[in-house]
Amino acid sequence: MKVRTVSIRVERLSKKWKNFSIPDVSLRVANDEYFVIVGPTGAGKTLLLELIAGFHKPDSGKIWINDVDVTAFPPERRGIGFVPQEYMLFPHMTVAENVEFGLKMHNIQQSERKKNVKEVLEFMELSSIRDRLPMTLSGGEEQKTALARALIIKPKILLLDEPLSALDVNTQKKMQNELKKLHEELKITTVHVTHNQVEALILADRLAVIKDGTIIQTGSPEQVFHKPKDDFVARFVGFENLFEGKILENHGGVARIDIGGVTVEAVTEKVENCVVGVRPDDIIVSKRSFRSSIRNTLKGKLIDFVDMGSLVSLTVNVDTASFVALITKRSFLEMKLKKGSGVYLSFKASAVHVI
Amino acid sequence: MKEGWLRERSPFIIASAIFGFLMLVFILLPIINTVALSVDKLGSALMSFEARDAIFMSFYAAFLATLFTFIFGVPLAYTLARYDFPGKSIIDASIDLPILIPHDAAGIALLLLFGPRTMIGTGFSSIGINFVDTLFGIVLAMAFVSSPFMIRSAEDAFKAINPDVEKVARSLGASNFKAFLHVTFPLAFRGILTGCLLTWARSISEFGAVIILASVPRTAPVYLYDVFGNQGLGAAVAITALLIITAVVIFVIIKLVTAKPLKPVY
Repeated sequence: MKVRTVSIRVERLSKKWKNFSIPDVSLRVANDEYFVIVGPTGAGKTLLLELIAGFHKPDSGKIWINDVDVTAFPPERRGIGFVPQEYMLFPHMTVAENVEFGLKMHNIQQSERKKNVKEVLEFMELSSIRDRLPMTLSGGEEQKTALARALIIKPKILLLDEPLSALDVNTQKKMQNELKKLHEELKITTVHVTHNQVEALILADRLAVIKDGTIIQTGSPEQVFHKPKDDFVARFVGFENLFEGKILENHGGVARIDIGGVTVEAVTEKVENCVVGVRPDDIIVSKRSFRSSIRNTLKGKLIDFVDMGSLVSLTVNVDTASFVALITKRSFLEMKLKKGSGVYLSFKASAVHVI
Repeated sequence: MKEGWLRERSPFIIASAIFGFLMLVFILLPIINTVALSVDKLGSALMSFEARDAIFMSFYAAFLATLFTFIFGVPLAYTLARYDFPGKSIIDASIDLPILIPHDAAGIALLLLFGPRTMIGTGFSSIGINFVDTLFGIVLAMAFVSSPFMIRSAEDAFKAINPDVEKVARSLGASNFKAFLHVTFPLAFRGILTGCLLTWARSISEFGAVIILASVPRTAPVYLYDVFGNQGLGAAVAITALLIITAVVIFVIIKLVTAKPLKPVY
């Protein structure tokens, strides 16, 4: 394990704000680390991020950034790069003007500004759209502009609030890779807030699972996903369908993977051993096999089910692999499922997450 | 919609059409009639120094009243749009009071506070500012009755801006004030401009509060009242038409400013 210095230290932070409450949070983010805070909607993720950014004064507790106590600092003096939800580009400024804004606020000379903006736009591959207004940009372009705008002031830490949730699924995958690449190249300490477990799994060096303003578990993705501390974490991270996988073959990005006697197909570039995850709500359950474009159809046996109100959680064994699937109460009743029933599980190759 | 409206000749639709038409006639006919009656006299009315001075006084005082409500009203609007604090709903409700109070009553209320023998009035008097029968009095009366237009327009404009854009500006090194100046204000500009035009227009048309505080120097509505009282209906026609035409021009400008599609605000 590499020895890392601590970049962000949050100690016994508490805050009540509107409907949100953070009773007592402590956390450490190491230098260069990509740290993901993951939790359901309303868990206080954004509030925690905005406390670190300095948009709220904590009721109690302290925050250090690079060993400086910034608790009393206004946001503009904390050396942060901030990308809020929906990016919030300045709608009255072009891409280049958006990116230049931070330099202007730091009273950098114009010639210096122009040079810096040009460099950052090139680095983020935004040069061709430099004179466009935000309203004409695609989601991915907006996100890159927001990142460029945050990065140009060379922040000590980068704070990202749900940076991928405003994008369509395809762009999401692409921008996920962009974020990863960016972090590898710039080595900037990053705190990324999301409600999406898969995002956390793929991007995080370490992650914290948060619920009702309290951090339930912190650790590497492997630690959290393999050894969830409690039911909540287990359910929330979609732990149910996680398998050790062996890639049998990979043809142009579509791999056949063995997960304990069962073969599934997944969209991935990977060729070696991996961890395979399928979210319970991505699985379609039916009593008969039906022909469709869905790549993975597995025959299994219903072992158990748990009534969760409007949803029913099914445990289905396929050979030695045990899957959990979520279906609506209504389809559960319509299919007249009983323990021991034979069922088919279908899920798209793109719903198989290879880590 | 339109086809259905024409095809379905139910008594209700027909009655609505007739009543609606009469309402329209009621609004437009006096205006058109006045302008038509005055066509040959408009030129001479414009040539009259008194009329021109009065109209200029109205425009000028209204401009100052707009400036005053801009300087003090925009910060209030911003505070109301951005922050929650105890008693906010009371402050919020009280902003609209000047619209509800009869305007001569508003004038008297101002006189009771800023008049010559009052504490505040004496204070201002000592630095050379008097409010009775002066430009200051006119501006005071205009600003009081038209301030809700400025505050509400600006407040709506600020509310339409996501506070997150200000947060980004702060994170990029902007102080509170700089974030407001470079991001919030430009984004709210059209709404604030609309507020300015409405305030200005409402100030020009103000009579009741103004005449209580200042019957001289004469603004256009006060001048019109004088002409009507001293020289009768005939003499008042041209200046009336002039005021109506002015109002129409201002109205068109407001429509032009507000009609342009707004940039999507986050």
